[in-house]
Amino acid sequence: MSMKISTRQVDGVTILDCSGRITLGEGSIILRDNVSQLLAKGQKKILLNLGEINYIDSSGIGELVTAFTTARKQGGELKLLNLTKKVHDLLQITKLYTVFDVKDDEAAAVKSFN
Amino acid sequence: MTKHRLSYTLDSTLETVESAEQTATRVAADAGFDEDEVMRIAMAVREAAVNAVLHGNGYDPAKKVMLNFERTNDDLVITIRDQGHGLDMSKIPDPLAPENLLKSSGRGIFLIRSFMDEVHIQPSQTGTEIKLVKRVHGGSADGKEATP
Repeated sequence: MSMKISTRQVDGVTILDCSGRITLGEGSIILRDNVSQLLAKGQKKILLNLGEINYIDSSGIGELVTAFTTARKQGGELKLLNLTKKVHDLLQITKLYTVFDVKDDEAAAVKSFN
Repeated sequence: MTKHRLSYTLDSTLETVESAEQTATRVAADAGFDEDEVMRIAMAVREAAVNAVLHGNGYDPAKKVMLNFERTNDDLVITIRDQGHGLDMSKIPDPLAPENLLKSSGRGIFLIRSFMDEVHIQPSQTGTEIKLVKRVHGGSADGKEATP
């Protein structure tokens, strides 16, 4: 299953509901394009809901890092929501879990931007 | 010693990466590994295939990726070989070093080493061979053979 993203707004925060796989090729490109478009439109509070992401490879991890650093460089903030165990474990072993701001409750995550 | 072996010669494409991952999933499951171990083995194979297709062969249609699975009584041994110029191991940074944490790439070999029991990388001028070994805990090689 390739990656799909749907976007919604909650209290000034853009939530990207992601599903499928973030891997080299299409999945990584879809994520990159979505985040870039949001930042270009001035939507700089971004919450990536990864609850339906069932697989991520090293390219996908790199894409999360790029999204995070790109948002920060442009004065924005990007946080992660609802990590699956697989994604959680990968961020742990790559020491990225503490780099990202990871949330498991959407309402609290939205509030944390303000 | 009973052995089961599967060998493939694949093009340097993203489809090869997907195919290598899917075949690894099937072979590892048939070898009796649990779901988490199957995922780790398949991811290690995927990362090695990505290295072979991208960094080794550079998507060159004239170059192939050789993928080999071998099951013995004790181990599942997977070999991925490309026809590139040989991986320069000295140029692979430590992805856990603070200065590299926020880099967008360079985690593939690290993940492979994290997921497999043994990893042997042999670069040469005619390509790189990476051998991945996973111990078969309490399994028997007389079990079901993977379907090619």
